[in-house]
Amino acid sequence: MTTTINEIDTILQQYPNAQRDALIPILQKIQDQFSYLSRDAVVQVGQHLNLPVSKIYGVATFYNQFRFQPLGQYHIQVCRGTACHVKGSAAVLKSLKHELGIEAGQTTRDGLFSLEIVACIGACGLAPVISVNGEFYASLTPEKVKHIIVSLQRKANGEDSNE
Amino acid sequence: MNNNSTIEIPCDSVATRALFKAHLADPNALSDEQKTTLAQLQAQLDGRQLVRPMIFLGTGTCGLGAGAGKTLKTIRDYIQLHDADIDVVEVGCVGLCAVEPIIEIQLPGRTRVAFAHADADSVSNILDAVLAEKMPKHPIIGQYRNQQLQPWPDVPFIDEHPFFAPQTRWVLANCGIIDPSSIEQYIVHGGYQAFTRIIRQMTPPEVCDLVEQSGLRGRGGGGFLTGRKWKFALNAAADQKYLICNADEGDPGAFMDRAVIEGDPHRLLEGMAIAAYAIGASKAYVYLRAEYPLAIRRFKDAIAQAHEYGLLGKNIFNSGYKLDIVIKMGAGAFVCGEETALINSIEGKRGMPRPRPPFPAIQGLFGKPTIINNVETLANLPAIAANGADWFNAVGTKTSKGTKVFALSGKVTNTGLVEVAMGTKIRQIIFDIGGGIPNGKAYKAVQIGGPSGGCIPTQHLDIEIDYESLKTVGAMMGSGGLVVMDEDNCMVDVAKFFMDFIQRESCGKCIPCREGTRRMLEILKRVTSSRRNEKPIEALERFKGVMHMTRLAEIIKDTSLCGLGQTAPNPILSTLRWFRDEYEAHIYERRCPAGACTDLLQYSIDPNLCKGCTLCAKKCPSDAIMGSPKVPHYIIPDKCIGCGTCVDICRFNAVKVE
Ligand SMILES: Cc1cc2nc3c(=O)[nH]c(=O)nc-3n(C[C@H](O)[C@H](O)[C@H](O)COP(=O)(O)O)c2cc1C
Ligand code: FES
Repeated sequence: MTTTINEIDTILQQYPNAQRDALIPILQKIQDQFSYLSRDAVVQVGQHLNLPVSKIYGVATFYNQFRFQPLGQYHIQVCRGTACHVKGSAAVLKSLKHELGIEAGQTTRDGLFSLEIVACIGACGLAPVISVNGEFYASLTPEKVKHIIVSLQRKANGEDSNE
Repeated sequence: MNNNSTIEIPCDSVATRALFKAHLADPNALSDEQKTTLAQLQAQLDGRQLVRPMIFLGTGTCGLGAGAGKTLKTIRDYIQLHDADIDVVEVGCVGLCAVEPIIEIQLPGRTRVAFAHADADSVSNILDAVLAEKMPKHPIIGQYRNQQLQPWPDVPFIDEHPFFAPQTRWVLANCGIIDPSSIEQYIVHGGYQAFTRIIRQMTPPEVCDLVEQSGLRGRGGGGFLTGRKWKFALNAAADQKYLICNADEGDPGAFMDRAVIEGDPHRLLEGMAIAAYAIGASKAYVYLRAEYPLAIRRFKDAIAQAHEYGLLGKNIFNSGYKLDIVIKMGAGAFVCGEETALINSIEGKRGMPRPRPPFPAIQGLFGKPTIINNVETLANLPAIAANGADWFNAVGTKTSKGTKVFALSGKVTNTGLVEVAMGTKIRQIIFDIGGGIPNGKAYKAVQIGGPSGGCIPTQHLDIEIDYESLKTVGAMMGSGGLVVMDEDNCMVDVAKFFMDFIQRESCGKCIPCREGTRRMLEILKRVTSSRRNEKPIEALERFKGVMHMTRLAEIIKDTSLCGLGQTAPNPILSTLRWFRDEYEAHIYERRCPAGACTDLLQYSIDPNLCKGCTLCAKKCPSDAIMGSPKVPHYIIPDKCIGCGTCVDICRFNAVKVE
């Protein structure tokens, strides 16, 4: 715990005498490093910027980017852009939720998967698309999704996924 | 091959940089020797006098999505294996996203050829053939026309390709052609000359006049005359003014701005410099979506390079003018594309809009006069400044000048990025450039302008791209997303999709938008949901909602605080106007004509046709199908998510959908 506090301090030290307009960049940097905003981090940012914690949560919860739970080992981003919708991303999302038993923005209990909805990841030509830890899976169907999840689970459990 | 210029000039040496700087400072002041060196450098950099073969690989987001990363690795391995002397350049997106990864190869003295679908498996064959000066048997997009280079026989020219021929590429001129990470490449293609000439020779009011005369209108949605908007800020007295580039591109299904920044970041940078000079701003911000990491990296590099060349910073090229550009990363909120919300976001607050007036041009960021322009608007400026107002306004319609970039996606063959002259017909974009609807399906509509826009049905396909004429059919220019829909898409479902998006993105500040959009969504959800377990009171509410829908839409339009709410009902009003029959089918007949509203469908297995092959039970993602082998299966309605997988998979057509 103390190490994280120190690491957050290192980030904050890059913003000496920071004003309010540095708030979002600071939060982005923290999330970049720790994958989410912990309570401790928010309190520390508040002390640094001389802002009440409630204000910081007010800002952080407003924006879709910030998360308050750590990411799963596999972070799944589902595109819900228009092009993907037209090609059936709703069914893809539904089956992902069903497979993982979580809603968008959450992480599975075992910490393996986290799910996020994003608007257009710019691969519209390959719609519907999801990305798992930055790697794209294109032209998906609910059935392919099931397959992907199973093979990721196997991989995480150290089994060979020679399917 | 031509051997007259075998000595290669290193293009990023100190001497080269000094030469380019001198060229930018005043092209007429160069000595003859400098001019010769410059000419040779230019020929070397723009491909007319290559020293060794060049490979260009599109590694924009779309290219990477299609597997360009693996292709790149294969190319690198290939070069290492053959110990070949070849340059590899990563370029942005040429626009034909449907056939990514795209690889282009140029041999010294020959024209450059583009190949489609160059995946990791086929790229070695392409390289083998081309390096041996043969054409491989692989889908070719075409070769670039260049009088000074020897063309390939029997290879079509890229400017005759149906996707490229009808386009007028001004903003996208360099995208996919030049190396976006090299400022020298941009300079060789004419870049930064306009900016340095302007700060040498023109006053800010003159620049504003020039842009106003050109007729350039905002490409971010509003369509306000850019030069006129600038004058408000120019004439406002203040010790500090700001320019903000709006690169928040929140419209789902639009990716024009991203492609410009990834493929030609210096064009945007030069445009920003011109705009900032015109309004007298010494500091400029780019509000860039955090979801575009590659664009952020490219633009950061571009800023650093411009600083090295003295194009940013203090006393730019001895003009006394100073400018700094800062990148602010957006944090994922659609409403932050709205000007005043964006300002709040940069200030570190919740991205909620402010009432206007005061307009940002008078009192914006930190209370100072601020001009906000879209990426595409700004990227138009270098060409206008270089070629003049008359060159620009010679193209287009009476009220809309120049070109517009569209992101074409959805049910269309050639998805990708297109730039057409204003006045081009929608039909031409979809059927000529876009190649029509795939799989022999029928066109239904195209959604233009994203969540604030409208759809254009078949009978209006011949409408021209023009700010005013689009409004006459209830659509709008918007930022430039074009999503094509075919007969399998349900328009009620599309309206519901946009309403769901808007409702989630509403910032919550004003009541009509916050509550109204949610009620609209509820109405649409009721219309498209199953009535299996509906209680009588719910049926009543459903009818009440439908009856009040248009009135609610009008109220939201009239009373919302910002553009988000004011345009939120557009998708509903426009689908209601053109596709009323589909709404009626949902409401009166309880069916979805396109079969897209899965909730209205019921799946069942015909026991007479089912052979009990167990395929559907295996493939069902929600384990809703039960049965033993060789015995007819059945579907548990409560578990069925209506994905339709079983229908696609069944070889005996035993799954019935009603
Ligand atoms: C809800 C909403 C979202 C918007 N999103 C964008 C956007 O993503 N990009 C953009 O350039 N303009 C967007 N705009 C328009 C801007 O408010 C503004 O009109 C534009 O940036 C001005 O630049 P221009 O004059 O160059 O068009 C949006 C407006 C609203 C109301
Ligand atoms: S809409 Fe999904 S990638 Fe663009």
